[in-house]
Amino acid sequence: MMANGVEKIRKIVILGATSGIAVEVERLLAGQGDELLLVARSAQRLAELRADLVVRGSGNVFTYSADLASIQGHAAMFDFVQRALPEYDTVLLAYGSMQEQKDSETSVDVLLEELQVNFVSATAILTLFAADLEQRRTGCLAVITSVAGERGRRSNYVYGSAKGALSVFLQGLRARLHTAGVRVITIKPGPVQTSMTDHLPNSARFASPEQVARDIVRALERRSPDVLYTPKIWRYIMTGVRQIPETIFKRLSF
Amino acid sequence: MSGQSATALRRQTRPQIATTRVLSWGRYPKTAHTHVHRPAWNDQVPEILASAAADSLLSRGLGRSYGDSCLNGGRELIDCRRLNRILSFDDANGIVRCESGVTLSDIIDISLPRGWFLPVTPGTCFVTVGGAIANDVHGKNHHRAGSFGSYIRQIGLHRSNDGLVACSSLENADMLRATIGGLGLTGVIAWADIQLKRVAGPWIDADSIPFQSLGSFLDLSRDSDGRFEYTVAWLDCFSGRNPRGVFFRGNHATDSNKEFHRKRGPKVPFALPAWMLNRYSVRAFNNAYYKLHARRKGVTVVPYDSFFYPLDSIRQWNLLYGKQGFLQYQCVIPETNLEAIEELLDRVARSGMGSFLGVLKQFGSAPPAGMLSFPRPGLTIALDFSMRGERTLQLMQSLDEVVQQSGGALYPAKDARMSPALFEASFPHWRSFVPYIDPKMSSSFWRRVTGAR
Repeated sequence: MMANGVEKIRKIVILGATSGIAVEVERLLAGQGDELLLVARSAQRLAELRADLVVRGSGNVFTYSADLASIQGHAAMFDFVQRALPEYDTVLLAYGSMQEQKDSETSVDVLLEELQVNFVSATAILTLFAADLEQRRTGCLAVITSVAGERGRRSNYVYGSAKGALSVFLQGLRARLHTAGVRVITIKPGPVQTSMTDHLPNSARFASPEQVARDIVRALERRSPDVLYTPKIWRYIMTGVRQIPETIFKRLSF
Repeated sequence: MSGQSATALRRQTRPQIATTRVLSWGRYPKTAHTHVHRPAWNDQVPEILASAAADSLLSRGLGRSYGDSCLNGGRELIDCRRLNRILSFDDANGIVRCESGVTLSDIIDISLPRGWFLPVTPGTCFVTVGGAIANDVHGKNHHRAGSFGSYIRQIGLHRSNDGLVACSSLENADMLRATIGGLGLTGVIAWADIQLKRVAGPWIDADSIPFQSLGSFLDLSRDSDGRFEYTVAWLDCFSGRNPRGVFFRGNHATDSNKEFHRKRGPKVPFALPAWMLNRYSVRAFNNAYYKLHARRKGVTVVPYDSFFYPLDSIRQWNLLYGKQGFLQYQCVIPETNLEAIEELLDRVARSGMGSFLGVLKQFGSAPPAGMLSFPRPGLTIALDFSMRGERTLQLMQSLDEVVQQSGGALYPAKDARMSPALFEASFPHWRSFVPYIDPKMSSSFWRRVTGAR
């Protein structure tokens, strides 16, 4: 946050602001006095969140309630951002859904819903913000995908494929926006202790959202990296996991 | 983003086998739970309450209760730590409204820069507001300020049978008095309004004085109570009938502009081998600690955290006691009954099983804030005992006799083994609390001391 000894107030749009990781990121940003624009489904949760962030020091907190999985609402949401926080410099996309994998194996509706939330709707929103930032030739798009997007696993391949597709989308977007000076950060957390993962076995051993949030905030403030693994150990784990030949990988039960 | 339906689905498929191990601060007893709910928003709590069976739930914060009052063996817990938002801060009047999972440490971080501090604080700031209310915790200023519950202006309480209920001295005052010290049994606290107190800054004018008998402790205590906001003593529990110790007293410093930085201390990485804390190592520690303070007497200006929370500087210090865990014994004995206190200390010293944490404090005469509040006029003593099986439990039973005969009481927040008879003696009016218990809630402690289902 300290650039040339002068503290710069950021203006950050957070999509999926009530998710477990996002709330911890917001807390850190609020403590630095940053201005925030929060988008999430529940107006009541947004109001509670806003109150907390203001007490903790945020300069200004705007809220907008919308179900981002539904693309019809995107234009109105984007319009609100342009009116409330036109000078925003960072967008953090933090929403996602992880339903029981078994349900999307038996129900095409559940399958499509997972892809809609985690991939399709995300690309739609990013396209809106990308065009704006590209034109302004500044800013940063940070998107939470997942290490699950690097290999399709038996137990989690629907969520994984949506997040993997999103990571690929971001690769292309990064190359496109690079020339305009706009950063694109792909954030790949390992398993994190949040409401999304409470039902998974061993969730007590997952990384804490506070730790992941600290890594994310640090990445937002630096020039590098393009892809953030958090906690850092996942960069090395995934390097190994990517090397496993498919003939062996298909026999693994995880 | 998983919706309510997915939650309901998981609930149906959840095995009813107790497999989730959750421990209290003393790491004794070892209990398994069937499920731990982790609501992140207050709007999720009513559904958890509605879909639970009778007597199946207990709300829990950071689990700093030492025994089984924060456990619900074989049943379910509602872990409130994610309900940690501060909903408003009234700068002019020093009233903070926060959710139940907010920690006292969070409140200090928010309020101290604004010139406010906790009205009452226990010996650790790593407890939640919900836990501080449920145990009606006390601190070094009990003689002046009473207990934590006295500063709760209003709470919102989720009840399984009548929704979110606001409780204050004006409406549902009985429910407020039941919830203060109510061991988490009256419902799930959604939010609480806490009256903070004005302070000039983070510094404390602290003073320490060695003493060599209970009589001289009492003289020091009586002499200091009028002039010092905070008083407490450390006690060498190997010294028996004529205990030596160090008396600490302090006031908020009014004129210190020293720069303040909160430090982060070391952490005990894992449960240490139990033999490391033995009578020789602990005796040596107590000797050194006494001598250090006997030499260092006099007034110094110290940061609030080292004054109030010396043990917080070693994270997870409970792991020092090893895998078996430890028990704390905290009682209050009427100060008219000095022989009982001496007898108790004598039994501890003769057992040779005491530890390095011995605390002695004279409570004031503030009326109790809650129906089951522990603090009452008298001397309170807190002692740690490494869990060494039957002989540890036998020693504590022999202490129980002294406490019960003296007309004293034991503190539920620290207890894992008191008998129903001693609970009855400590809280003779507990039956009038029962109607306020939420029909969906229970705890290991409550079932043990009252025989409830």
